[in-house]
Amino acid sequence: MSESRFRGTDRYVVTDDLMMAVNAAVTLGRPLLVKGEPGTGKTQLAEEVAQALNRPFIQWHIKSTIKAQQGLYEYDAVSRLRDSQLGEARVHDIGNYIVPGKLWEAFASETQPVLLIDEIDKADIEFPNDLLLELDRMEFYVYETRQVIKARQRPIIIITSNNEKELPDAFLRRCFFHYIRFPDKETMEQIVRMHYPGLKKRLLSEALEAFFEIREVPGLRKRPSTSELLDWIKLLVAEDIPPEALRGDQRKSIPPLYGALLKNEQDVHLFERLLFMSRRKKD
Amino acid sequence: MMTDFFFKLRKAGIPVTLTEFLTLLEALSQRVTAHNVEEFYYLARTALVKDERHYDRFDQVFGSHFKGLATRFDELAGATVPLEWLHKLAELTLSDEDKQLIEAMGGWEKLMETFAQRMADQEGRHQGGNKWIGTAGTSPFGAYGYNPEGIRIGQDASRHRRAVKVWDRREFRNLDDTVELGTRNIKVALRRLRRFAREGAAQELDLDDTIRSTARNAGYLDLKMVPERHNAVKVLLFLDAGGSMDDHVQACEELFSAARSEFKHLEYFYFHNMVYEGLWKDNRRRYAEKTDTLMALRTFGPDYKLILVGDATMSPYEVTYPGGSVEHFNPEAGDVWLKRLLTAWPHAIWLNPQPQNRWSYVPSIQMVRELMSERMYPLTLEGLEQGIRTLQRTR
Repeated sequence: MSESRFRGTDRYVVTDDLMMAVNAAVTLGRPLLVKGEPGTGKTQLAEEVAQALNRPFIQWHIKSTIKAQQGLYEYDAVSRLRDSQLGEARVHDIGNYIVPGKLWEAFASETQPVLLIDEIDKADIEFPNDLLLELDRMEFYVYETRQVIKARQRPIIIITSNNEKELPDAFLRRCFFHYIRFPDKETMEQIVRMHYPGLKKRLLSEALEAFFEIREVPGLRKRPSTSELLDWIKLLVAEDIPPEALRGDQRKSIPPLYGALLKNEQDVHLFERLLFMSRRKKD
Repeated sequence: MMTDFFFKLRKAGIPVTLTEFLTLLEALSQRVTAHNVEEFYYLARTALVKDERHYDRFDQVFGSHFKGLATRFDELAGATVPLEWLHKLAELTLSDEDKQLIEAMGGWEKLMETFAQRMADQEGRHQGGNKWIGTAGTSPFGAYGYNPEGIRIGQDASRHRRAVKVWDRREFRNLDDTVELGTRNIKVALRRLRRFAREGAAQELDLDDTIRSTARNAGYLDLKMVPERHNAVKVLLFLDAGGSMDDHVQACEELFSAARSEFKHLEYFYFHNMVYEGLWKDNRRRYAEKTDTLMALRTFGPDYKLILVGDATMSPYEVTYPGGSVEHFNPEAGDVWLKRLLTAWPHAIWLNPQPQNRWSYVPSIQMVRELMSERMYPLTLEGLEQGIRTLQRTR
């Protein structure tokens, strides 16, 4: 068991509690449900786990139209009909027209894979319920060919959710759960350092200062998160903005290249208004 | 010890089930954790708590249940709350009078002792540890309502990080029950109110029909398409505007914008306090461009679902008497009109932005509620969900 412990990678900082959650899920072969603010690296986590443990990575991205059945398999009736018109021999075996889905792929994998079910809350309300048995027993039945597909090993399943829908209790009971907390300043510094090792210390601290200040602004519709901070720092470095610009500007105007941090015009207006008011108070 | 913990969690209102508890035990027997109480805490949390809103409650129960346990672990041996912090803080914030009060209680040490005892007494009965401090206005602690947890929030958490047990930091406190009421949540709630129907351009393959017509076509493939399923529910939204509704503008705006993007067939009208013979679509030109309520009654069929939004807070005359309206002379009373609406659109609810506990004090709310035959719900997420469920049921 010791080789399959996840301790983070050189590109991804994991907190102790997240490490525990991943390892518990891996050891017991239960799905891990990860929630958290957008941009805190939920999707990234699965990729990093796959890489760290050296496992194949299978991603199943959920959209509102996806049905649970599509993750298992689909029966391509149309091409079978078409083939029957053309008199192809393969038409007699229905198995030729069963298209495996992502879950099947994960079950059939030679080595234990990491399966990411991304943004499960985007799907229909019934979606998680339809997967209960499959995730529990790690097997399902193909009606067309009357065969049972069983997982060779229980895949490591990581499920992300943005909290747009409440997930059913029966589903939650079968998962481990982890809420990715927004990183504190120290962890954030570690994360940025990992992504931009050559970053000047002063620029980093000024940028973090400005970033957390913006996050503190009450009433923002979308508070900037880790991925936005990383984008912003990338821009700052690319444009060669001196650290002083960040500090001086904080008091007078909106920070440079704010477009990377504030993502809608109401937030920009709000921020400008607050700055305006604080300036007037000072004058 | 573990079983007790399980029941304490359930008592604290965290929906832990036996399955989850067994999972935790299984994880323990598989040695997922080393012998480290911190890791055990993380493991228990990830296995038992499935909603970040419950993290805080979990932290409290964990803290009280495994209080003695921590001291058995070397690394956490020094983890009790340093009394110096409290002293320091007290010096900073207490006035001279307060200090005298402390002396009267028998000195600081005595106070803290009593305090700790109170905390322990309290454990069984309350859920949110902060409540107790809040209501302790008359107890000696009220005056300087510090509980160790309040002191431990310290801004420079990194300095104290080592000293404070993780669960006692209670970082998830503000997640408890502070569900943001953004439009997104409302949209999701409204989404329950849907009825799919196939309309518009045929884009999906209709398998059954294709097989049938292919067979009829002597085996030659004949593809049949059907339109995609769309939400075909029709909604009529009547919004109270102006006057006492000004306080609730934001909640109404959110509901309105969510409803607008969620329903294809949405008609909305404004009214003031109570529905009378006229409605309007634009508040600025409400006198110039009025729609006859009768016309609305005739235009929209009974398949529309009616949602009235208003605080129903007005003088009872506005409901029951002709000419009772505050704005104009209405030949017919409000209740007559409301009854007419309900006959035309039997699927109706009233959403009220006033807090529900205040409803019973306002006579007009009572009257409207009776007219709606109790189908009045508070304009909160929960109320909205209940209301939507009612609308679905009476379909």
